[in-house]
Order: sequence, then structure tokens, then C-alpha cells
Amino acid sequence: MDALNAIAALTNFVIVPALAYGSQLALGALGVTLVYGILRFSNFAHGDTMAFGAMCTILVTWTMQAAGIGAGPLPTALLALPFGIALTALWLLATDRVVYRFYRRQRVPSIVLVIVSAGVMFVTNGVVRFVIGPGDRNFDDGERFIVTAREFRELTGLREGLAIKTSQGITVLTAIVVVALLFWFLNRTRTGKSMRAYSDNEDLARLSGIDPERVVLVTWLIVAALATIAGTLYGLDKSFRPFVYFQLLLPLFAAAVIGGLGNPLGAIAGGFIVAFAEVTITYAWKKVATYLLPDELAPSGLLQMISTDYKVAISFTILVIVLLFRPTGLFRGQSL
Amino acid sequence: MASTDTVSTGKPHAPPARDVPTRRAALLATVLVILLLVTGFVQSWNTALIILNMGLISAVMALGVNLQWGLAGLFNVGIMGFVALGGLAAVLMSMPPVTAAWSVGGGRLAAALAFGAAVVAGAALLRRRTAPGRTRAAGMFVLLLAGFAVFRWLLDPAVAAIESVNPSAGGYLGGLGLPILLSWPVGGLFAAGAAWLIGRTALGLRSDYLAIATLGIAEIVLAVLKNEDWLSRGVKNVSGLPRPVPYEVELQASATFVERTGRLGLDPVQASTLTVKLAWAGLFTVVLLMLLWLAQRALYSPWGRMMRAIRDNETAAAAMGKNVGARHLQVFVLGSAICGIAGAMLTTLDGQLTPGSYQPLRFTFLIWIMVIVGGSGNNVGAVLGGFLIWFLWVQVEPIGQWLMVLLTSGLADGSALKAHLLGSAAHMRLMTMGAILLLVFRFSPRGLVPER
Repeated sequence: MDALNAIAALTNFVIVPALAYGSQLALGALGVTLVYGILRFSNFAHGDTMAFGAMCTILVTWTMQAAGIGAGPLPTALLALPFGIALTALWLLATDRVVYRFYRRQRVPSIVLVIVSAGVMFVTNGVVRFVIGPGDRNFDDGERFIVTAREFRELTGLREGLAIKTSQGITVLTAIVVVALLFWFLNRTRTGKSMRAYSDNEDLARLSGIDPERVVLVTWLIVAALATIAGTLYGLDKSFRPFVYFQLLLPLFAAAVIGGLGNPLGAIAGGFIVAFAEVTITYAWKKVATYLLPDELAPSGLLQMISTDYKVAISFTILVIVLLFRPTGLFRGQSL
Repeated sequence: MASTDTVSTGKPHAPPARDVPTRRAALLATVLVILLLVTGFVQSWNTALIILNMGLISAVMALGVNLQWGLAGLFNVGIMGFVALGGLAAVLMSMPPVTAAWSVGGGRLAAALAFGAAVVAGAALLRRRTAPGRTRAAGMFVLLLAGFAVFRWLLDPAVAAIESVNPSAGGYLGGLGLPILLSWPVGGLFAAGAAWLIGRTALGLRSDYLAIATLGIAEIVLAVLKNEDWLSRGVKNVSGLPRPVPYEVELQASATFVERTGRLGLDPVQASTLTVKLAWAGLFTVVLLMLLWLAQRALYSPWGRMMRAIRDNETAAAAMGKNVGARHLQVFVLGSAICGIAGAMLTTLDGQLTPGSYQPLRFTFLIWIMVIVGGSGNNVGAVLGGFLIWFLWVQVEPIGQWLMVLLTSGLADGSALKAHLLGSAAHMRLMTMGAILLLVFRFSPRGLVPER
């Protein structure tokens, strides 16, 4: 019984939150890695693109809620997502047209694009704060839980509860669907294959008649979809505050670098590695240990390795370890 | 950034004769002096001196960043972290030690830190001495995990004891009680140490990695400053740092000062604030001029030519036998050290360390804009850019607010849109800074005072 209680506590406090957070990071890191693979720079604006996408979705959600449109037990934000993606795509294409295209044609070193993307980051962040304000925005509706802690306890007779939020369930499901679609697109469609070819060898791809501007256009569209979905899911799961997305930048980069920048499969793995590392290292293991260990060995402390204030240090440490020992990422020798 | 270096002119230490950059620099300097004078006459001399003092500190930071970007093409996104480390140095050097805290937990804390360092060194030694494989990985993992557990067992009670000593005013170990001016070079050393660690890890890989790694180190430095209360009181801030210049009240109490200002026909209160600010300005100017002189000497030395050669063509420089990685590490450490010195100066001027006030926009990207607008690769340009952008940063906010009032004056009072627009004017700074960065980078990448 104690073992089951320990498993329930572990699932409730570690596995479910880490799965949801990992899915959000994986979607975000996919966007980072796609930009790196096709446009060849680390996009510092990606966190704020996620904020922009979430903001657009929130604005549409509010309009829908005011008009009485809902999705029953599901959050209305899911219905608003396509509109949010479209608006974000417009924004990204506008930044590409105004900012990035010029440098792409000049074939500048990638560090120049990185600096420019930092400029785009501030403009995007300013727009988001200007439109929706810097405060906390709530747009969650529908059923809050798939399983509540009480229901679970009554169902199983365990002491420990297990609560699964609707947003967590939706996050994981959406991530699976989106990733499956993305891989189908990259591996099976003509456009997707042309993207991979372009990422592999730009000159050879041009030579065989692939239009680079079209590849870039499609990339921004996909990145807009990934960023908006990731940003909205993160906002649903936690809450929407514009400055939080800047802080997501480091975990996102860590996830993308772990998998090898430019490698989509690696980005997904990296997202989950970072999420599980963050959650397990900052979790206070006292409860689980009390169930598992005999009474005389019960721990007195919290058994928390690092306080949650140092979350950022975990992604950074992972990043440094990867850079020191395996700078090409865990899945080397393979891109897009 | 574009053209390559020409052949040595025979006089390696002599800067080129009067040319476009020199004339532009002279013009820009004149404009800046006029701007400050106008501020002095129109607003107040106090405001003008406040802007001047912060401008001097900003110029030092810009000098450091110019060394990294202008001379070596390295993108440092963590300037904020190095500046904050300098601020920490100011606290650790100058505040009087809290002896009660030292006696309850100082020894144990020092032991914990020494033990932590020993574990890391042990792991590194284990990695070097044993053959690679599963056993080594497992051994290192166990060593680090066990080491961490012991480290926490040593550290936690010490931290709790220290933080419980008079938490409202102390609750930390205090500093060494040395003169605060000493903390300026020490702040540079702190920043240099952090930069060395980061540079060793991230330099020599893809150029983006340094940007990502510095972004991370800045966040971690801030997390430490905010959470390690035993070190510098965390978000409770350390205030009342000693000052290298006299206090206003001391001057007002001094009979000779009052008499002297009276003879000049000045109000002693006003005269004392101006005198103190002028004293600050004098100190900062000395530091700035020293660093600028060193940077200029370096720029026109064989070392500077080598750095530019590496920046413009790494492969060719490496083929000539230049150690690109080592030179990058060197210039990255030097530039960060200058940022650390500026950070210590800033905290000294503020008289307090407030970790909550370090924002990436203000302490990383604003400095970047100073360098790019001023002229990357040109030390004088970066310094003047520091003054110019700081002046605008201070003066543009009231103008922005005023513009927004003007723009919304057509809207009915009390309308939700008007309230929203007025409230959002503060966020315009983010947008403006981003837009300036993009515009200058696109249309005038060489800056106001170009490299040559």
C-alpha cells in the first residue's frame, strides 16, 4: 500500500507536471531548432513569439467568450488557436520581410542575425505589453480537472490523491498530435522534403530548383503554429504573464542544444530531459521517501536538492554539461 | 567591422592623424557638452550632474562591451550578470563584518564552501585520471551526488544560523570593512573569474553558444544575489555602503565650506549636493580616462592589430599561427572585467545593492545599443555612445509620456482606450530600444563614430 501511495504521490507531483511542462518545452524547442536548421541562427525572439501567440489567442478567446461561443468542457482557447496562429504568422512574416530578409540576402555571419533577433525580441515584448499589459491574464475556462485528487482517493482508496488538470491532459495530447503532423510533413510531403534538403545543403537545394524564399515562408508559418500552441498551452497550464516567456528562453535553448540544434527529434527529447530534470531536482522528496522507507529511516528534512528559485540554474547546468562533453548534442550527425 | 587592417605604418603606437572618425568624435562630444549645458540651464545643474555621473559609468561599460564586440566580434548577452558581480564586490569589500554572524556560522559555512570546491576538484581529477567508460561516469555521478548531500548538510545549518542573526538589519556575513574604492578592481576580478569559466565552456564552439551561455550566467548570478541572504541579504538589499566622497550633511556642517560657498553667493545646501556630485564625476572620470587610455594603447598595438585580424578572418589569422581560442578568451575576460569595475562603481554611487533592480533591458541591451550607436570597434565612439544613449534614456521617457498625452488628447476623458494608452506608455521604452537597435544595425552599422 505504501508503495502505491508513493507511486501516486510521485505521479501527482513529478510525472504529470513534468510531462505537461516537457510537452510545452518540446513544442517551443522545436520552433527554435527549425529556425536554426533553416535560417541558421539562434532566435532570441522565440520566447516572446510564444508570448505574442498566446496574447493573440487570449484576445480571440475573450471575444468568443463575450459572444457566448465555448467548447463545452474544453477551454475556449482551443477554438481560438487557429486565429492566434494566423495572427502570429502575419507578425513573423512581417518581421522576416522588414528585418531578417535583408541580412539573409547579405549572407551575414549568424551572430549578426542573433543580435538582430534580440532587437525583434524587444519590439515583440513591447507590443505584447502595450496591447495586453504586463499583468497576470486568466483565460482558462471549461472543466478544470480530468481527475480531482478527491475522486482519485475515493476511487482507489489510497491516502495520496492524484489530480490531472484538463490543461495538462490537453497539453500532452496536443503535443503528440502536433509532433506527429510535423514529422509527417517533414518526411512525407514535397515541401517538407525541400525544407530538409535546404537545411542540409543550401546551395545544392537551390541548384535543384528549390525556391529558398518559399522554404523560409513555410518555416515561419510552422514556427508560428508551434510557438502559438506552445505559448497558449503554457499560459493555460500556468498563467499568462508576458515577462515569463523571456525566462523560458534558457530552458528552450537548453532543450534545443541537448538534442543538437537543428534536430527536431532531439528538441523533443531535450524538452522532456530539461523538464524532468527541473521538476525532480526541485521536488521535495520527503513524502515519497516517507512512504518507501521504514519508519526508523524516515527523513527529517525536505529532501529537496535545490530550491525552486534556482530552476534556471538547472537548465544552465545541463546546457554547460552538454557544451563541455558533447557540443553537437546527444543525437549527433543528423539534422532536420 | 568591414574593412581589413592595412599594413603597419611604422609607428605602431600612433593613432591615425585627423580623419573622419576624429572629426565625428569631436562633433559628437561638442553636441553632448551642449546637451548637458542645456539640461543644466533649463532643468537644473543637479539633474545634469546626475546624468553625467551615470553617463560616465555607462561609458565604462560600453568600453568593456566594445572590447568584446568591436574588437573581437563576441556577442555577450550577460553584461547584467558581470555588472551585478561588481556590485556584489562593493558589498563584500566595504561593509563592516557582522562578527556575531561569523561566530555562529562563519566557520561551518567556510568549511562547506571549501568542501564543495574539493568535491568538484575531485570529480575533475577522477575524470582526468581514470579511463573513460561506464565505471567512470557512475563513479563521478556518485561522488558528485554524495558530495552535494554532505555540502548541503554542512551548509544549511550555517546559513540558517547566519540569517537568524538580527535579520532586519544584518542576517549576513557582512564584508571585509576595507575602503570601498578597493572594491572597484575586485569587482573587475569577480567578473573576470565568471567570464573565464563561461569562456572556457562556450568559446570555440558555434558563435551562438556564447550568447546563450552568457544569457544563462547572468540569470544565475541574479538568482544567487536574490536568494543567498547570507551573502548579501538577497532581496532585502544592503544599503548604507560607505562612500569615497563626503556626505552632503558633513559639508553643510563644516564652517569653512559654508563660508566659502557664502563668498561665492551660493546656498550651502545646494552647493553641497553639487560639490558631492562633482567629486563623484571626478572619480569616475579618472577611471574612465585610465581605461580608455589602456584600451587605445591596446587597440593600436600589435595585439590590437592581431585581434582585428582574427575578427575579420579567423581562418587566415589561425593560419598565421595566431591562437584564436586563447585570444578570444583573453578579450572576453578583459571586457567582462571592465563591466565588473563599472558595476562596482555603480553600486558605490547608489550606496546600496538592490538585486531586484537589475533588468536585462537596462543592463545588457542598453549597453549594446550604446556600443552600436557610438561605433563598434572605436573606443572613443563607444564611450561617446554611452553618454548619448544614457542622456536619451533619461530624457526620452518624459517626452514619451508627453507625446502620449498629446496623441490621446483627442479622446474623451475617462475612455478605456485613453487610460490604457496612457498606462502603456511606460512599455514604449522596450519597443523604442528594440527599434533603435534594429534601425542602427540596418542603416548605420558602423555607428556615429566609425572605426576608420
